[in-house]
Amino acid sequence: MLSYLINGISLGSVYAIIALGYTMVYGIAKMLNFAHGDVIMVGGYMAYITSSYLGLPYGVAILISIAVCTLLGIFIEKLAYKPLRSATSLAVLITAIGVSYFLQNAALLIWSSNPKSFPNMVNFGTLEFGNIRITSASIITFLSCVVIMVALTLFTNKTKVGKAMKAVSEDKGAAQLMGINVNATISLTFAIGSGLAAIAGVLLCSSYPNLTPTTGSMPGIKAFTAAVFGGIGSIPGAMLGGIILGIIEILSKAYISTELSDAIVFAVLIVILIVKPTGLLGKKVTEKV
Amino acid sequence: MKKMKKHTKNSFLNYGIIILFFIIFQTLVSTKHISNSLQGQLIPICVYIVMALSLNLVVGISGELSLGHAGFMSVGAFSGVIVSTALKHSVENGALRLLIAVIVGAIIASVAGVIIGIPVLRLRGDYLAIVTLAFGEIIKNFLNVLYVGVDANGIHFSLKDEASLGLDMATGTTIVNGPMGAVGITKISSFFSAILLVLVTLFIIQNMVYSRTGRAIKAIRDNRIAAEACGLNVTKYKLVAFVVSAALAGSAGALYALNYSTVVPKKFDFNTSILILVFVVLGGIGNLTGSIIAAALLTVLPELLRAFSDYRMLVYAIVLILVMLITNNEKARIFTTELKYRLKFKKKQIGNKEVSE
Amino acid sequence: MKKKLLALLLTGAMVLSLAACGADAGTADSAADATETQTETTETEETTEETAAAAETTDGAVTGTLKLGFIGPITGAAGQYGSLANYGAQIAVEELNALGNGLTIEYQPEDDVHDAETSVNAYNTLKDWNVQAIVGCVTTTPCIAVASEAYSDRVFMLTPSASSPKVTEDRDNVYQVCFSDPNQGSKSAEYISENNLATKVAVIYNNADAYSTGIYQTFVSEAENRGLEVVSTTTFTDDTTDFSVQVTDAKNAGAELVFLPIYYQPASLILSEMDKQGYEATVFGVDGMDGILGIEGFDTSLAEGVMLLTPFAADATDDATVSFVKKFNDKAGETPSQFAADAYDAVYTIVEALNAYAAKNGALDVTDLSAEELCDILISTISSDDFSVDGLTGAGMKWNASGEVNKSPKAVIIKDGVYVGM
Repeated sequence: MLSYLINGISLGSVYAIIALGYTMVYGIAKMLNFAHGDVIMVGGYMAYITSSYLGLPYGVAILISIAVCTLLGIFIEKLAYKPLRSATSLAVLITAIGVSYFLQNAALLIWSSNPKSFPNMVNFGTLEFGNIRITSASIITFLSCVVIMVALTLFTNKTKVGKAMKAVSEDKGAAQLMGINVNATISLTFAIGSGLAAIAGVLLCSSYPNLTPTTGSMPGIKAFTAAVFGGIGSIPGAMLGGIILGIIEILSKAYISTELSDAIVFAVLIVILIVKPTGLLGKKVTEKV
Repeated sequence: MKKMKKHTKNSFLNYGIIILFFIIFQTLVSTKHISNSLQGQLIPICVYIVMALSLNLVVGISGELSLGHAGFMSVGAFSGVIVSTALKHSVENGALRLLIAVIVGAIIASVAGVIIGIPVLRLRGDYLAIVTLAFGEIIKNFLNVLYVGVDANGIHFSLKDEASLGLDMATGTTIVNGPMGAVGITKISSFFSAILLVLVTLFIIQNMVYSRTGRAIKAIRDNRIAAEACGLNVTKYKLVAFVVSAALAGSAGALYALNYSTVVPKKFDFNTSILILVFVVLGGIGNLTGSIIAAALLTVLPELLRAFSDYRMLVYAIVLILVMLITNNEKARIFTTELKYRLKFKKKQIGNKEVSE
Repeated sequence: MKKKLLALLLTGAMVLSLAACGADAGTADSAADATETQTETTETEETTEETAAAAETTDGAVTGTLKLGFIGPITGAAGQYGSLANYGAQIAVEELNALGNGLTIEYQPEDDVHDAETSVNAYNTLKDWNVQAIVGCVTTTPCIAVASEAYSDRVFMLTPSASSPKVTEDRDNVYQVCFSDPNQGSKSAEYISENNLATKVAVIYNNADAYSTGIYQTFVSEAENRGLEVVSTTTFTDDTTDFSVQVTDAKNAGAELVFLPIYYQPASLILSEMDKQGYEATVFGVDGMDGILGIEGFDTSLAEGVMLLTPFAADATDDATVSFVKKFNDKAGETPSQFAADAYDAVYTIVEALNAYAAKNGALDVTDLSAEELCDILISTISSDDFSVDGLTGAGMKWNASGEVNKSPKAVIIKDGVYVGM
């Protein structure tokens, strides 16, 4: 039981770290960035290439990967999302899907569909307590999740830029009137979200060492589910949602059925949303006519 | 002549497009002036048109984002296949069997629509979207463990494996074999039946949209609280739109499945739902004519791009992004409205000239 | 080198057809006898010439242009399987065209992204191109969809790797180069019990995949017959990344052997999870496991001691394999797996069959043959008793009329990062 719980938490922290990026972008820019999962994949490939082909140490490889993804995020935002600032949210969603297809197929052409086995970049041995084994990758994923969550919360609540982000998410028009550069703020959000995606990519692949052009898509969807589960837009909610989702997935596999585990995860999600329609930590918005 | 109402004109335009589409391609097929590649896509095109139209009812008319539309399609597909295979010997006529399969597909999908709709429609916005996505995945997951067989004693179901169906060896056949899906389907779909289904779909949706129900649904979409204050039963009207949409998707699914010799649950995953959503959004949310054209063009597009071989899907992605950027670009929009205005103006001028002459 | 090999293969085919002639001679009428003697003499001439034989255009040779299509997932989630097969087929086509013996093969690959609908579209595109025979499809579900179209159009299909019996069932025009799933499942159970590898077995399979489920089902029934105890059965789907539960379950059930009827990609994840949990059991795979050593960056020590039944091992040292692996590496920049080898063999099988037919019935110009005529020729030749092919994936491959291949799998074990025959 305990070992299943630990497995669940380590899977959950992978979801959580992806969900943090999702929720960040959604919270500020109010758009579902479906390409987030694919930015994760790009992050994984960048780290792989810089470490395996160029022989750079893992730390440097991770930094380069973060830098590349941040730039990629800004680039995508400028090129594909910014022109749609005034369009409907659905139009942006479809464009995001287009970007996701683009990244997957570009990766396919560049790196081929053959899987690459990702080295464990955060391997410092394994903790053993009798029957229970915890890998360093799990511990580090969990810890970085907590650190990122705290940092993001502090950032949005305490710094000037962070407050500007909050203002933009509340009301773009009013924020602009208050002298906030809305475009720059949203670009910055994307930059941070994509940088997080690179970290998520490295940690995802370190735990589950298989890298293909579609690596990011399913964890992306699961993480999106986790973000909604915790209340989309809420930073602690993303973390909580991710971890709970991971635990449910592992436990339902272990005790109910491996065949129906996905169905069970989604069923629990539905039940929770029906009881609490804005997710676990979501804000309840009262509507005015 | 009495001026036709604008929406009546639009409705007839849609019927016209479909009938014209049918006449053109039917002549091409019968005179063998059509490539095999295009001929093979005629039925899928019709199926995707029905899927896009029915999703537009939910996304455009009712204003709810659904990410699990393919789930209803798969419910319809598998129930259609089961019915068609089970009736293989009792109903000899293929067209009649297709009709029964499509109707059963629609009924079962609408039952699924009710089951899913009641909890889902309590939610709003992205939460609703994620729950429809979740239901789509649950349906796929469930079909992956569903085994159905038929023998002289009737239909058998199992959620374990093929062997536990306990089929009679001599007369039994497995219809649905878990992840392997349905194999050995007798193909009974035809282009004519597909066109009929599109026309029926158009008829249902257009009459609904311009009826009292349709106006109520649109009122709820535009302002839920105001509509509620006017005494409209929000859940009821939303559910009507959702279930009708599910039923149509189910019938399209049955038609789709009976056009191939095999169908697997995996086909109707999240990506297919997204694909249909792309048709709707590209064609213009709430715009039925747009859905028809977008579904037809985007179904053919990947095939037309075969010449690009490896770059095919990359080009598809770029086209998708560019189309979204152009159709939503302020400058482009101003340009097209101006163009329209000028054309109208010219026509008027010409008309005036004729009168003066 | 290649020429020599082909000449040898040709000779083999001819010797076989000679043997058949001998057997028939008694019953055949005099006219047939006459032509047979004629072919016999040309054949003897050829056999004496050995190397030159293949390059020369003689009676009984195949000439003209053959339009060969290929369908497989070249892009998409299953892209690696289709692109490997595509490269394999391309190499065979290039080799055959380089012989310059009068037969030119035009080759056109079409992508089906592992989807039945797209696959039928791909097939129709090939039909517009006037395809004469098809190597494909690579994966099972698209193959079933295309096979029923090809059956009504009478187009010959030879699939390199769609292994479900449903592919060939009730269709006389579809043949397989790979083992069928039930065959693999029962052979694996047989091998495990005969060599006393284990008595307690765990199975982890992909329940969203036709190939994996197919092998699992026959494995379990054969294991029961042979007294193997299946103590743990767990599943996963294509989207699964976390295998901790599956491995823990097998470990807790005390399984001595883990049977993995799955592809190498999830298998590599399971191996790394087993390592994480410190679970040491024998791992036994099927032909889908081949390729695991080719994963870029894979720590091969994880796969130490893994056994698998496979028709092809890229590390084999026979000349044909070595030359193929080298060419493949030059072309694709990676090591070929059984997908590539099966597709390579599929192209050769079609050409061999044409050669065998021509050797029996006189010169054959394929340029103007319709797909239907070619289909009849290929069906009658390939399913005949005296036709066999020595390919990369097996010596003396023969086919029965239902389209299944008969060849023997090799059991190999991974030692020090390479395959070693057992």
